[in-house]
Amino acid sequence: MRLAYYPGCTLKTKARNLEEPAIASLEALGFELEEIPRWNCCGAVHSLADDDLIHQVAPVRNLIRVKEQGKDVVVTLCSFCLNTLKRANLLMKDDAEKRNTLNSFMDEEIDYSGEVRVLHLLEVLRDEIGWEALAQEVKFPLRNLKLAPYYGCTLLRPREVAIDSVENPTILREFLKALGATPVEFPESTRCCGSYQIVSSPDSISGYAWDILSSALSHGAEALVLTCPLCDYDLGQGQKELVKRHNGFKGMPLFYFTQLLALALGLDPQVCHFELNRGSPESLLRENGLLP
Amino acid sequence: MSVSISPGRVRSEFVKKIKELSGETLQLCYQCGMCSGNCPMASNMDLSPRQIIELARLGLEEEIANSKTVWICASCLACTVICPRGFDLSRLMEAIRLLTLRKRIDYVRPEEIPVKERGELPQIAMVSGLRKFSG
Repeated sequence: MRLAYYPGCTLKTKARNLEEPAIASLEALGFELEEIPRWNCCGAVHSLADDDLIHQVAPVRNLIRVKEQGKDVVVTLCSFCLNTLKRANLLMKDDAEKRNTLNSFMDEEIDYSGEVRVLHLLEVLRDEIGWEALAQEVKFPLRNLKLAPYYGCTLLRPREVAIDSVENPTILREFLKALGATPVEFPESTRCCGSYQIVSSPDSISGYAWDILSSALSHGAEALVLTCPLCDYDLGQGQKELVKRHNGFKGMPLFYFTQLLALALGLDPQVCHFELNRGSPESLLRENGLLP
Repeated sequence: MSVSISPGRVRSEFVKKIKELSGETLQLCYQCGMCSGNCPMASNMDLSPRQIIELARLGLEEEIANSKTVWICASCLACTVICPRGFDLSRLMEAIRLLTLRKRIDYVRPEEIPVKERGELPQIAMVSGLRKFSG
């Protein structure tokens, strides 16, 4: 089965360790992610001002690229892209006045009115493949790994674009169970990591990161499982400093969910690009016999 | 905190603009404080999210302009999803930021971000940060 795929900017550069294991895993599961032609940056954040329509142009153009391909579904991996595309899509679907303005502005494009469905890869795994069927494909169960699912913000908020329950998401927990791992629930799993505040107040990020990492640790997690490249950066970049500052903290490995998927499916670990991860997730995997 | 309110201090033009930009009904808020309680950044703010709403609807532009709160907000929407009145505070925060940014006053200037960080930050951080903090 072929699925239209929107990668976004970060996955092609800083987060190849999120993208490449996803493409390889989907192929192993019988799905081909087909990159849409001429995609552009989605704009990263949804514009929250009522009069700011120009920032809706970028995400809507990507949705038009999907429609042009005759597809009615597009899959993304990046949490920011998912949120921006989904919210722009809702606007085009539900707000006739803004839809007309945007369609008139983009008069070189075909008209668009929210026909495409935007899905996150986790939704494809849950709804198209199913956890039981996924579990049957697992060659190397991630036995003994105690992993804390961390959702961040943009997969779950606002409510109208959430891929799961806003208050009590289970999608990553069920995913990890299908791979044979032990999910560790912790209260900060949907708490913001500080997001783009890293650009304006990098010093405040380590405090937000510590709240999340220390909570996961105290609930028994050995590593955090992520979906978003900005969460990865915010939770990873300051860990050396946190190790110095907090007695007994040895750092916490961060995995993208797609890396764990590829490992469990028995794919060549090189596709996971662990060299791009912050910290050293490989040692935890070696201790558990999941890497040679 | 205590604030003094008098007809001379209320900026009704300010209230009108933030209503237009945010598209939100400020009168919906009944000051329960769920937004402040759920905000992961509140401990770093000088005014709580709840106080921002109250000051905004009173038209006290100066108090808001002197506060860092709207620049500490990460638009994580923890307040939006928990508000029992359906008030989207993230849109009010954005409206207040835009009133400054549209006067060509940047909170972050790209040239001030250290070169090393510019090289390391993921693209989504740079794009979203500069979208939120520069005009």
